[in-house]
Amino acid sequence: MIFLTRRATFAASHYYWNESWSEEKNRAVFGKCANRNGHGHNYTLEVTVAGEPDAVTGFVVDLKWLKDVIESEVLSAYDHRHLNLEVPEFVKAVPTTENIAIAAWKRLEPTINATGGAKLSRVRVYETPEIFAEFRGEA
Amino acid sequence: MLSASHRLHVEALSEEDNRRVYGKCNNPHGHGHNYTIEVLVGGEVDPATGMVMNLVDLDAVMQTKVVERFDHMNLNHDPMFVNQVPTTENLSREVFRIVSGELPAGMLEYVRVEETESNFFECYAS
Repeated sequence: MIFLTRRATFAASHYYWNESWSEEKNRAVFGKCANRNGHGHNYTLEVTVAGEPDAVTGFVVDLKWLKDVIESEVLSAYDHRHLNLEVPEFVKAVPTTENIAIAAWKRLEPTINATGGAKLSRVRVYETPEIFAEFRGEA
Repeated sequence: MLSASHRLHVEALSEEDNRRVYGKCNNPHGHGHNYTIEVLVGGEVDPATGMVMNLVDLDAVMQTKVVERFDHMNLNHDPMFVNQVPTTENLSREVFRIVSGELPAGMLEYVRVEETESNFFECYAS
């Protein structure tokens, strides 16, 4: 089994806010991430697929295809967007790095797993070089 | 790190299919990468040395068995890749085989090969 990872980057803005909480509680929990005008990050997305290299081509998947899938399923929706205001899954869910990793998995899994060979294995989202969240699917 | 060239081309496919599957990686004279290889070894910390493994020994394995073999070489000309295409999937699997054969059984956890800043491949013990 080989695990193949493709990196991509996107830039997006967001804020953290829970409508069911008071302003005071939002400020207490989310700190400066709760500033209502939002702020932005350069995110790095790492998408890992697992499978056996094809006996003829030596590929687990075609990297160009994987790049195109990441572009069409995730980057086209997230890049240079305000996540809270422009991305449907974050109208209710807070666009934390954790939730972005889960949401990116849900966007990618159907297309990647439809190939019949390789399976989506891991999605890692770096919010900054110091912080990342990783999702490996439901246990 | 090692710098090597390769060309992705298999005899089982027509010229047209090679071009379609491998794109510019199929260009006839090959191309090169700076590959970064990470190996992860796992084990208990030896109470006498405080080490899982002496890094000098691990360095020596990587230098003599991997870097000297592949650095500044054309991977397609290595006997290992006469009958299999030198994709980084296959390179990571072969490096795992080479390095695991030089270490105590079960010690090598994974080999990770970065082909570019955008792509890397991991082969785990399994």
